[in-house]
Order: sequence, then structure tokens, then C-alpha cells
Amino acid sequence: MVKVFIYPTNSLILSDLVERFGHKPLTMMEQVREKITTVGIDSPPLNITPEDPKLGLKYAAVEVPAGVRGRMSLVGPLIDEAEAAIIVEDAAISFGCMGCARTNELTKYLTRKKDIPILELVYPRSEEEGREFVYRIADFLKSLSGKEESA
Amino acid sequence: MPGDAQDIITKIVIIASDSVLPIDAAIAIYGSENEITIKETCYGTMVTGPRDVVNRVVTNVVSLDRNHIFVKERGFPPGDDRRCRSGRGGGPRPGFHFLREEVRMLPMIGKALEDYEKHVPLEKVTHPGKLEVSKLKRIIESELTR
Repeated sequence: MVKVFIYPTNSLILSDLVERFGHKPLTMMEQVREKITTVGIDSPPLNITPEDPKLGLKYAAVEVPAGVRGRMSLVGPLIDEAEAAIIVEDAAISFGCMGCARTNELTKYLTRKKDIPILELVYPRSEEEGREFVYRIADFLKSLSGKEESA
Repeated sequence: MPGDAQDIITKIVIIASDSVLPIDAAIAIYGSENEITIKETCYGTMVTGPRDVVNRVVTNVVSLDRNHIFVKERGFPPGDDRRCRSGRGGGPRPGFHFLREEVRMLPMIGKALEDYEKHVPLEKVTHPGKLEVSKLKRIIESELTR
């Protein structure tokens, strides 16, 4: 079982496909759950605390807005842990609440900089594209299992 | 207590099937006689409980139509004050827009998963390229001269 980082980090389709083909998806939901269930001074725990931007300093310089560093304090550890990654571009939703463009750029940059197998795709718009999307992800995930067995 | 809390997870089960309805999935979960909380939604069901129990129940539900039922973990439990619409004066909950966006793609993904299982060969897909600037310029000019 390989730990696969997914981007968008909260994607239903990607996390389901990764799990379906026997690997562990590294997702934002897991990070959020950990954050809101870990008892701390902030009660109920929810907000980014002063500690988070400090954690984010590992991934972004001090001049970078605190919002990016705060987000990176959640996303960064996932990238550190990743053994493979699937990046899907053109998500309409990167405009919404996932939509911190700079965090998204930094996330993709740090993932690409890591020496791990990466699959890059775009969201499908038609049935043919959907089939290609699933086939490529399935083949990628199966190839990870092959590498793991031969290692 | 914090130790117990960490073992409680929530999973969203999304039904994009022609043969299984969200209510069928809910009945299957109710019938599992496990110590879990479920919430029926328009797209499926949310299941909260101890990790191993939730995983077992979800696996059972997915087996009803495994290429058309999708699962994702959720950070907040259902009805959590920090996310629940009832306490925030309505409106969609944060995160719903992306879920809705992806739920629209699920019939396509489900069909592709079926084809993958049946080893249907992949046909060459032609991606529409971007419009060239010179072509766009020609279109604008032809429109202006009309």
C-alpha cells in the first residue's frame, strides 16, 4: 500500500479511486479531522492557531501571507508523507474555498520537486475523456503496486 | 477521551447508481446493527462511528453496486455546530460546492470503471486545443465587417 497524495486535496473521485485500487489517499479531510478532534487551548478546536503559520514556515518564507502558511501547515505534512501523487488540473472549484491560488501553486511545486512518481491529468469533460481519466489513474495505481512488490 | 475521539471517523457514501437508491443504502446500514450514526442526504449517506465499524459498513454498502457507489472521508461529523447549516442560518455548507461538482461527474466515472473492469480498449481521445490568436483575430474581423 502506497501513500498517494492527491490534488485537489479534498477530491471525492481521487480519494475513492486511490482507495479502490488498494492504496492510502493522503487527503485534507483527514488533516481537518485531526485538527478539530485534537484538544487544545482553542475550544472547540477549529481555527488556525498562531502555531500553524509557524509550522507553515517550513514550506513558505516569512514574507508569504499567513493564509498560505496556515494552509501549508495542513497540506505540507501530506506532501512530506507522500510516496506518489496524482495532480488533476482544471478543477472549477479551485476558484472556490480551495481557491487560494498561491497555496495551490506552492502545493503543486513542492509535489513536483519531490522525487516520487506523479501522474498529471485534467478533469474530464466528456465520456471519452472520463474513460481515459479513469484508465490512466487505474494503470498508474496498479504500476505503484507492481513497484512495491518488486522492491 | 481524546484517544477515543480520534478513532471516530465520518465517511460520506455517494450513490450514483441506477439500481441502488440512497434509501437502499440507508436501509442496508440501519440493518447492520452496529453502533453508528447515519444521516441521509440528497446524494447518499453519511456514516459516523468507530473506524473499523464504519469501514465494515461502508464496504457492505459499496458492494451493492461497487462501480457506482463512491466513498470519501469527511473531517467534521454530521450536525457539527461548526459546519451544520441549522446553526449558521442556512446556505450550503463549506465544501459542498466541490462535492456537487464531482457528484455530477460520477455517472461518467462509474461507466469508465465498468469498462476498465471489462477490459474495453481505450480509444484515442482528441482533446480540443486552444483557439489560436490569429484565428480569433480573423473571427473578430469577419464579424466586424458584416
